[in-house]
Amino acid sequence: MSHVATVSTEQPSVSASAVTLADVTVAFRLADRSLFTAVQHASLDIAAGEFVAIVGPTGCGKSTLLNVAAGLIAPAAGTVAIGGHRLDGLNRQAGYLFQSDALFPWKTALDNVAIGLEVGGVSSEEARGRAAQWLARVGLGSFGGRYPHMLSGGQRKRVGLAQVLIRDPQILLMDEPFGPLDAQTRQIMGNLLLDLWSAARKAVIFITHDLEEAIALSDRVVIMSAGPAARIIGDWKVPLPRPRDIAEIKLERGFHELHREIWQSLKAEVIKGYEQTGG
Amino acid sequence: MPRLKLTALQLLVALVTIVLWHLLTTIPVGGKPLVPPFFFSTPGDVAARVYKWFYEGTIWRHLWITLTEATLAFIIGSAGGVLVGFWFARQPLVADVFDPYVKMANALPRIVLAPIFTLWFGLGILSKVALGVTLVFFIVFFNVYQGVKEVSPTVLANARMLGMSERQLMRHVYWPSALSWMFSSLHTSVGFAVVGAVVGEYLGSAAGLGYLILQAEGTFDIAGVFAGMFVLAVFVIVIDILVTMVERRLLVWRPLAADARP
Ligand SMILES: Nc1ncnc2c1ncn2[C@@H]1O[C@H](COP(=O)(O)OP(=O)(O)OP(=O)(O)O)[C@@H](O)[C@H]1O
Ligand SMILES: [Mg+2]
Repeated sequence: MSHVATVSTEQPSVSASAVTLADVTVAFRLADRSLFTAVQHASLDIAAGEFVAIVGPTGCGKSTLLNVAAGLIAPAAGTVAIGGHRLDGLNRQAGYLFQSDALFPWKTALDNVAIGLEVGGVSSEEARGRAAQWLARVGLGSFGGRYPHMLSGGQRKRVGLAQVLIRDPQILLMDEPFGPLDAQTRQIMGNLLLDLWSAARKAVIFITHDLEEAIALSDRVVIMSAGPAARIIGDWKVPLPRPRDIAEIKLERGFHELHREIWQSLKAEVIKGYEQTGG
Repeated sequence: MPRLKLTALQLLVALVTIVLWHLLTTIPVGGKPLVPPFFFSTPGDVAARVYKWFYEGTIWRHLWITLTEATLAFIIGSAGGVLVGFWFARQPLVADVFDPYVKMANALPRIVLAPIFTLWFGLGILSKVALGVTLVFFIVFFNVYQGVKEVSPTVLANARMLGMSERQLMRHVYWPSALSWMFSSLHTSVGFAVVGAVVGEYLGSAAGLGYLILQAEGTFDIAGVFAGMFVLAVFVIVIDILVTMVERRLLVWRPLAADARP
């Protein structure tokens, strides 16, 4: 962990906004030329160093919203600001852990992690040294020589995590990073993420299907409605103390009360989401 | 199937074929062999001819010429295919403008170009290289074009989020992807380089395996024709083995079809 602490030079004041989505609407042009509105009038403000989880039914537009924050998609209406400055083009301060496979298949795990530093001008030797440390940190120390196709889905996710974190971005965008992991590894990775995050506070947008995971990890849980034209329908603060242990926090009373409260509003949306895509 | 058994069975096929050929062309049935050796030669004659070529050393020059032509055709065709493929893939306007002409050129049976190349480049190796280049170029070109176009959008987005400049994208994303497509067509393009060389020689030349076969044919020397074909086949197989070895080294990162994940 010491590495993370030394690299992050300045701690931004917690009051400044890291990511601001103001009244964002995203529309896709479909093959038949019609417009499909995925997300409508979404507003979200994430403070520097804040850990926000977004939960919503499948297909509602969580990844789309993350792509907007990353600058990969320009919203049809509304604005995106990063650190108070209007975003134009790619979000250079963000590290993005994609939902689907995004590793370079022609690079070994080690080179996949090292490349994040190499593009920034770090010498290949140093980059690989630090990449090896990061692989060890995500529990893949002896897998550096493997190519992505020789790794399991969960192992690939962890390589991806190291690839993003080694660059020490101020904003972390994570799209269901622990999706393919088993319950145990999920906990280990969750705790690891919290450790790293508390050592060098980054603004985190963390997308998940798993409400328990969202509450256990984050400062705030944001709920999206079922699509199309999904909106943000809820925003809960998580008043649980830190530092947290994911397994233990799930046993606390406050956790259960919050879970029940959020689940009440999420349940209806989940059912609606299935009905809309089904019919 | 165990490797040894497989090799044994493969050898058995060759043995049966040769024995049958031998019996049919040498054992007289009612005064004459069933298959006239004048048209089909005999295994003994063919073997003797191959032996003679190597023993006297006359074959080496022809092999060398054909190898040179094929190698040059492969290198020039590949280099051109990579460059133009990259250029077209990165400049959609250029690709759209040239699209009908590329299709026309590719649809043309290359063999009709052989006389033109002979006129332009003479009877030497250049005209054969040119013929091979027209074959190799299009295979490599289409594959590189595809490789650059078909980079996974997620991988590309990831590369950009990791801060890659346009040049770094070329080096770390487009180039490896294009190369992998090119290498997956390596067998085909190397094969076509040899085809270009041999067909070119066959249509008019003073040396090479194609020339050797043409000469034998001109004098109804069937043993010579078969011997030439045999040497050519072995030549192609040796090259193919080399290509497989190169491919294994270069494409280690790709899943084999057998253990591919869905
Ligand atoms: N390029 C596109 N063109 C058209 N429609 C799209 C495109 N990308 C996404 N969509 C649609 O936008 C909606 C939101 O997609 P998105 O990927 O953001 O969902 P999601 O919330 O991340 O879902 P999941 O939890 O399953 O990953 C979906 O209905 C999807 O079909
Ligand atoms: Mg998604």
